[in-house]
Amino acid sequence: MTKFDLPDYKIQSSEVKDRFDRLKQRPITMEVKGLSKEFPTLNGKVTALKDVNLSIYKREFVCVIGPSGCGKSTLIRILAGLETATSGQILLDGEPVAKPGPERGMVFQGYTLFPWLTVKQNIMFGLIESGMGKNAAESEARQWTNLIGLDAFENHYPRQLSGGMKQRVAIARALANQPKILLMDEPFGALDAQTRAKMQAYLMEIWKNIDITVLFITHDLDEAVYLADRILVLRANPGEVEELIEVPVPQPRNPSQFLSPEFLATKQHIEQLIHPPTDNGADNLDLVRMVHVKSDVGSVF
Amino acid sequence: MSILSVNRTMPKKQRSLVALLSFAIPIITWCLVSYVPFLWHPFTQITDPGSVSFFREEMLVKNEVFEAETAKAIEASIDVPQGVPANPLYLPAPHEVATAFVTAFTAEPKRRSEKWLHESLWSSIQVIFWGFFLSSIIGIPLGILAGTFDFFSRLFEPFIEFFRYLPAPAFGALAVAVLGIYQAPKIAIIFIGTFFQQVLVVANTTRKLDPSLLEAGQTLGASNRSLVMRIVIPGILPDLYRDTRILLGWAWTYLIVAELIGTSSGITWFITQQARYKNFDNVFAAIIMIGLLGLMIDLLLAWLGRRLFPWQKAQ
Repeated sequence: MTKFDLPDYKIQSSEVKDRFDRLKQRPITMEVKGLSKEFPTLNGKVTALKDVNLSIYKREFVCVIGPSGCGKSTLIRILAGLETATSGQILLDGEPVAKPGPERGMVFQGYTLFPWLTVKQNIMFGLIESGMGKNAAESEARQWTNLIGLDAFENHYPRQLSGGMKQRVAIARALANQPKILLMDEPFGALDAQTRAKMQAYLMEIWKNIDITVLFITHDLDEAVYLADRILVLRANPGEVEELIEVPVPQPRNPSQFLSPEFLATKQHIEQLIHPPTDNGADNLDLVRMVHVKSDVGSVF
Repeated sequence: MSILSVNRTMPKKQRSLVALLSFAIPIITWCLVSYVPFLWHPFTQITDPGSVSFFREEMLVKNEVFEAETAKAIEASIDVPQGVPANPLYLPAPHEVATAFVTAFTAEPKRRSEKWLHESLWSSIQVIFWGFFLSSIIGIPLGILAGTFDFFSRLFEPFIEFFRYLPAPAFGALAVAVLGIYQAPKIAIIFIGTFFQQVLVVANTTRKLDPSLLEAGQTLGASNRSLVMRIVIPGILPDLYRDTRILLGWAWTYLIVAELIGTSSGITWFITQQARYKNFDNVFAAIIMIGLLGLMIDLLLAWLGRRLFPWQKAQ
């Protein structure tokens, strides 16, 4: 791959540097210590995650990115308590956690809204589980539907909503429980490019205005650089931490930064980490023209 | 567009027309066979026995016999028997069945021990209802538990897998010995025939629930109890409803066996009794009655299903 002449992604403006210094003074919301996960398979043990360490500061936005099979989904499922780690520890505000709980809100790629409940009732689900009365939960849910701009849809069923709307409801449903951290597993992966851009702007807006820490899994480089304070890059086989990158793009973000030098430099660096140039060419297709084709066009170039 | 397009629904008008045909075709076939003499009619009904000694008026004889006797009579120059083509006794014509259908509700049964058709039907419906109801109030909760928790699955399912291979009719004698000869053993047979299948079917339906919904519930703080009551049950309800409709059909087939043990009763008894007296028009009327009843119940349940689960896509 051609390397474009861009500044070093490690160079931070004083403004950005200052912000990271302040960020690291904040209390740690979630701490991951020596996390490993092995799966037994027919061909012996497979190590999905190996010795992952990470501290997420309060109100920080961390993205996790890596090649397919690097265990990023396994990581977030362990953090949510949906799977158990083989070894290691997860601390939330200093307290170890093992089971799933409402203090770690989760947003899945597949929306996972309850199809038999309306938008409002979906948001009320967790509130009622936390012991809130029906009326209080309903008025609370109303505020959330208002916040996500789905007032007119509060009595609609999920199947009547578009993908973007569904994911907005799913985010509101998780946030309604006032979690300490919001775990998002490729939440916009199933959306088309335009909706995805809207949802990113939308999530930034929520993050700015609500007291919430976010851990966000993605396979989209632009999305990671655009959203994150720091990016955790994982390597596959076994899933290990490759690098923890401090994104040098100043906050608050806006779409015009997509072409700024810092943005492109960060993107190029991650691109090289995830797709290192191969010399054996195993990934390249070895295409020989095996069939004689009658063609008036000699070459597509 | 051709009417035979894969994966395309026909226009509404065409659909109802073809649905109508599905009933019209068998009825028209039946009418043709009954009313058009040269189509089948393997018998001759004697109208005038002539000089043939063993012929009686209204008697049905095979065509070959009739022709042989006619030929003999012509040869001997004696009175020639007369007759009209007829179908066998077990295939009454549509109008005869229609008449029987009406008289079943209007005319007193011929013998004092006989029951009205609707009394027999009512007795059958009660047996099915109680057998199916008892099976469901135990079987559905067990199935849901087995489908949700591996513990209950291992606890119930191996034995049920074994038991469901034992044919329900085999328990007939036992049921009579334990429960007497009236309705109770019949209800027990329906129960045995339905219950074991029901637990397994419901457990499988429960297992098919999207597991990510349960995960979402857990991350929203739902307890085990809430997961079952607020996610599993509402989540499987439409499928559970459909299963129940199908199982209700099975319960009807066990009815035949159930009603033959102890004192015979209900619609099965009515049919065997009428067949014994060769009142095949009554037999057909009763069969059609059962069919109509089953179809009506199913249509009612389907209609109710669409009301009950508004969040589902129209099917």
